[in-house]
Amino acid sequence: MKCYTPVIYKGLSPCKPNAIKSAVLQSEQVQYVIKQLAKEMGESPDIIQEEAMEILDEMGHRMQLGAVRFFAFTLSKIFKQLFQRVCVNEEGMQRLQHAIQEHPVVLLPSHRSYVDFLMLSYLLYTYDLALPVIAAGIDFLGMKIVGELLRRAGAFFMRRSFGGNRLYWAVFAEYVKTMLRSGYAPIEFFLEGTRSRTAKTLTPKFGLLSIVMEPFFKREVFDTYLVPISISYERILEESLYAYELLGVPKPKESTSGLLKARRILSDNFGTIHIYVGQPVSLRTLASGRISRCPYNLVPRHLPQKPSEDIQEFVSDVAYKMELLQIENMVLSPWVLVAAVLLQNLPAMEFELLIEKTLWLKGLTQTFGGFIEWPDNLCAKKAVLSGLTLHSNIAGLVDGHVVLNDKGVEDGAVGEIVFRHALAVLMCATYRNQLLNVFVRPALVAVALQMAPSFRKEEVYSCFNFLRDVFSDEFIFFPGISLKDFEEGCFLLTKCDAIQTSQQEIYPTDKGSGTVSFLSAMFRPFVEGYQLIFRYLSKEMKEAFTEKQFIPAVRNFVFQLLEKGSTQCYEALSSDMQKNALSALVQLGAVKKKKTPNGFTYNVNQEAVGKILDMFDARIPVQKPVAARL
Amino acid sequence: RGSGAGAEGAGVIEPGEKEAQGWPCHSTAPCQEVVATQELLKWNGWGYNDSKFIFNKKGQAEFTGKRYRLGGMVLPTFKEWIEKTFGASLEHKTTSRASLNVNDVPPPIVNEEFLQDLRATKISYSQDAEDRVFRAHGHCLHEIFVLREGMFKRIPDIVVWPVCHEDVVKIVELACKHNLCIIPFGGGTSVSSALECPEEEKRMIISLDTSQMNRILWIDEKNLTACVEAGIVGQDLEKQLAESGFCTGHEPDSMEFSSLGGWVATRASGMKKNIYGNIEDLVIHIKMVTPRGIVEKNCQVPRMSTGPDIHHFIMGSEGTLGVVTEVTIKIRPVPEYQKYGSVVFPNFERGVACLREVAKQRCAPASIRLVDNAQFQFGHALKPQVASIFTSFLDGLKKFYITKFKGFDPNILCVATLLFEGDREKVLQHEKQVYDIATKFGGLAAGEDNGQRGYMLTFVIAYLRDLGLDYYVIGESFETSVPWDRVLDLCRNVKERIVRECKEKGVQFAPLSTCRVTQTYDAGACVYFYFAFNYRGISDPIHVYEQIERAAREEILANGGSLSHHHGVGKLRKRWMKESISDVGLGMLRSVKEYVDPNNIFGNKNLL
Repeated sequence: MKCYTPVIYKGLSPCKPNAIKSAVLQSEQVQYVIKQLAKEMGESPDIIQEEAMEILDEMGHRMQLGAVRFFAFTLSKIFKQLFQRVCVNEEGMQRLQHAIQEHPVVLLPSHRSYVDFLMLSYLLYTYDLALPVIAAGIDFLGMKIVGELLRRAGAFFMRRSFGGNRLYWAVFAEYVKTMLRSGYAPIEFFLEGTRSRTAKTLTPKFGLLSIVMEPFFKREVFDTYLVPISISYERILEESLYAYELLGVPKPKESTSGLLKARRILSDNFGTIHIYVGQPVSLRTLASGRISRCPYNLVPRHLPQKPSEDIQEFVSDVAYKMELLQIENMVLSPWVLVAAVLLQNLPAMEFELLIEKTLWLKGLTQTFGGFIEWPDNLCAKKAVLSGLTLHSNIAGLVDGHVVLNDKGVEDGAVGEIVFRHALAVLMCATYRNQLLNVFVRPALVAVALQMAPSFRKEEVYSCFNFLRDVFSDEFIFFPGISLKDFEEGCFLLTKCDAIQTSQQEIYPTDKGSGTVSFLSAMFRPFVEGYQLIFRYLSKEMKEAFTEKQFIPAVRNFVFQLLEKGSTQCYEALSSDMQKNALSALVQLGAVKKKKTPNGFTYNVNQEAVGKILDMFDARIPVQKPVAARL
Repeated sequence: RGSGAGAEGAGVIEPGEKEAQGWPCHSTAPCQEVVATQELLKWNGWGYNDSKFIFNKKGQAEFTGKRYRLGGMVLPTFKEWIEKTFGASLEHKTTSRASLNVNDVPPPIVNEEFLQDLRATKISYSQDAEDRVFRAHGHCLHEIFVLREGMFKRIPDIVVWPVCHEDVVKIVELACKHNLCIIPFGGGTSVSSALECPEEEKRMIISLDTSQMNRILWIDEKNLTACVEAGIVGQDLEKQLAESGFCTGHEPDSMEFSSLGGWVATRASGMKKNIYGNIEDLVIHIKMVTPRGIVEKNCQVPRMSTGPDIHHFIMGSEGTLGVVTEVTIKIRPVPEYQKYGSVVFPNFERGVACLREVAKQRCAPASIRLVDNAQFQFGHALKPQVASIFTSFLDGLKKFYITKFKGFDPNILCVATLLFEGDREKVLQHEKQVYDIATKFGGLAAGEDNGQRGYMLTFVIAYLRDLGLDYYVIGESFETSVPWDRVLDLCRNVKERIVRECKEKGVQFAPLSTCRVTQTYDAGACVYFYFAFNYRGISDPIHVYEQIERAAREEILANGGSLSHHHGVGKLRKRWMKESISDVGLGMLRSVKEYVDPNNIFGNKNLL
């Protein structure tokens, strides 16, 4: 048996999981809310206390070394079956080891697969580091035995939504904070909140992040380290499941029998996993000079306090910063490049041309700062071929041409041609998507160049700014630095000789027109998809609707267009894009979101949506020039 | 003595001695008594000339002089502690220059007309360089450093010694007439840069030394009050009151040198405030001379409801409004019985919890202090050589009991020191109550001797900085007040911040960063920090030091601590005043200053 003597936090006072629970229950914070609720509801505090106890029991982990060893043993077998290699940056592990001893640590991995947290815990165990406690969705508890096993391996469970439940919020927040303050274990959660079905980084959720930051704001800890971790899969375990889900075939409920059925995939090959443990970021350093200390000094620290606007903005900035760090350290496989090229050349592409284009895109990606796993001695042909082999379920080589494999991904798949093609496109897009956040700044400049009525800098910037706003939920932008993003995009395009800039103008070079059109083609599915969705909203949705009504309706609408052949934008079928487009309109003020007892309803302001559509066509100027700032 | 102020009523103490010496003296040279006091004190360090830490021929540390209990004793483990704590070595020594170089001293700005008027008043004064430099500073680290190695850019141009309230009135009138700047000077123990002269001050600066206004004017036994001139220093006040069987009980750590007027001007706090109260609780009546005239109340009552208390404009005004000349202060009969005590706690957290409980039950002894482990070890290093084998055997036994039998970790445990005062019976009862509480928090009684030594160290600790300075170690203390629930977090974070800042600023050896909870209140506590580091290899130690001190203060404020509990603001902490009392609050203080002193005669630039 492996001798596991992990490195732990210097200020740790060791305690059992149950001791944490009772500390939480007895804490001033929870007791305060219990008393408040008792007073408001006229109930005895004991009853509410019991309720709190139940919440804790449902939530709490019961980390046991035995379970951890069991997991480590089985996982190492399973992982060896599934994956060829797992690559880790050793210096990152060493930095993490230091960080864990110094201050409470929060691990923030990217989330693409269930494998993420299993792999990460396995890794920490292997490297003799303190095992994290992991915030997991409550749905895992639905799985017999496995849920409890996860609990013993350090998972704690949070309900998907509990905004309105003050007791739940208080107990949950205090539970997390107690573990953090005492340095009990690193706390791990996913900023994205859920697995990204598209392999694009999802916009961050702020709730848990603000909880783990609070002990520092209140100076209950000296500092807290935030550690962005990028986990990149050459092939994602759930790829086909995701595609089905995006197309509206419901996600199977988490169940143990489902897991057993999934054994089949054990015989499959899922390539390499890259784990990059980023530089621990000191919250204290991030906050220095940004947080006014007054609000926390004037109220007892145990009172629940709505964070000030300052704080909310700060939390959001940190969340975006962490996600951008995750993106920066993602490892891109050659197949990602192949997928990006292939999607622009459907239905079939000559093999040699594909290789040539892939090699070209490799250069461009590296110019833009993407990190590609491409061994020096590996020739392009081999790289593309090995990608095709690994992803034979998505694409294949037929008569010297590469085509999408849309003959049915699963046995007995739906016979519809459109649906099958859509599945293949979405799966392929999952890989191209991994490039998008690296490309988004220069690419949106390229799109803006084609949209803008002239090459004048301020007009190009206006278009860029408009696109950035529209796609604010689709891609990750640090809030409020549109101009900086624009300049970075321009800089990268200049660097690869795609554009030239003068005092007043930005224009594509002759040499660079290929790059510019490639980039805008790369993002065309989004530009077209959003236009389709917006058009639908402006024409069809006259009454208030819920998201549940909206998704199938817009899917039908797009589906019909695809059947008629009047669009080729298969990606507009993706529920992810549909949701993002809707929430973009909410943010732009063209759709009103209202809270009702049955969830949220939406009301479309047809005129406003129409205007946004016009902006896409550049029929009206996007907004007043902002020349002054340029 | 010329003045007849307050010479009526019962219990007048006539300072006959002074009459014999022929007071007042009018020469341009300062009078003999001033010379005598000034010569007793170090010109470039803390306290008395004859009291200091040295390393004797055997290389052992020793404290010289006979003034303190530690005097003449050898401290066998101290050298090792210094070397271990600071990485300092006795071979690397810096030396201060031996005496003041008069040629370096900035020439005085002289207003001849004022001098003529002053001579006419017969108030003694001096333009001597040493006298002026002596009053150009307090005891901040940078000030002492300047004395040892450099020179102040601006110092007082003249020192005057009024002997009574009327003298002060005359001086202030003359200063107003000639538009000069007055900086009141009491004991000179400021640690807030309050005594530093503003460099840009072009007017003649008068250092108004109150040390000759040091009489007790009367004692009123019926009401238990005494009217005292503001220049009297703490130890003289207590000594003289004791002759009549009374005390004020106000004992700030600087009480050997600091003056009554200084206490009022800085809102001082004394060690035994739990029984006697802080200065604001002790003061019944204040007389202050301002450019507008004299401010005082019309009666000497325990409390009055007449709008905001004008005493609170005066207390903490730090010499920006006028000179406090006479104070009526509460007195108490000298307590029958005093008893020291100490308690060992397994860790600092338990200790703080105990102090909190003691405060909650409102049964705090005259003084209760909790030192952290580093300070406990420091105190240990200052333990004198034990006299007999028996005592050393006993010490060993105690140590064995605490560390082995009770399982206290000597690198974690901490100690509370106690001082009880009052009737013998009540003290014993009180003592039991406090020890019972301590037991609940895992505390073990650790003897009277440890307690007494703890309090003695308070006075000698100030001498240590001078020793450190000789061996490349610089240090300082600072304080704050904080709500109970934040005490632990604040202590930990501030200490940690200091350690990190030192590291970042290139300090080679980990600093000494230690604290004690030194006062308890209903709603919080006063925390006192010591911080020192070895500056070898750093080109500008004072600058580095100031950056770290500033960071530490930022940390205190971020942790919900106050800008100051009793040291005051001076010029050192001015930048945080707005944050501390809000814009409007600052405006309120400014408007008072504008009314009282429109021409900024009291131009020391403190506070606002």
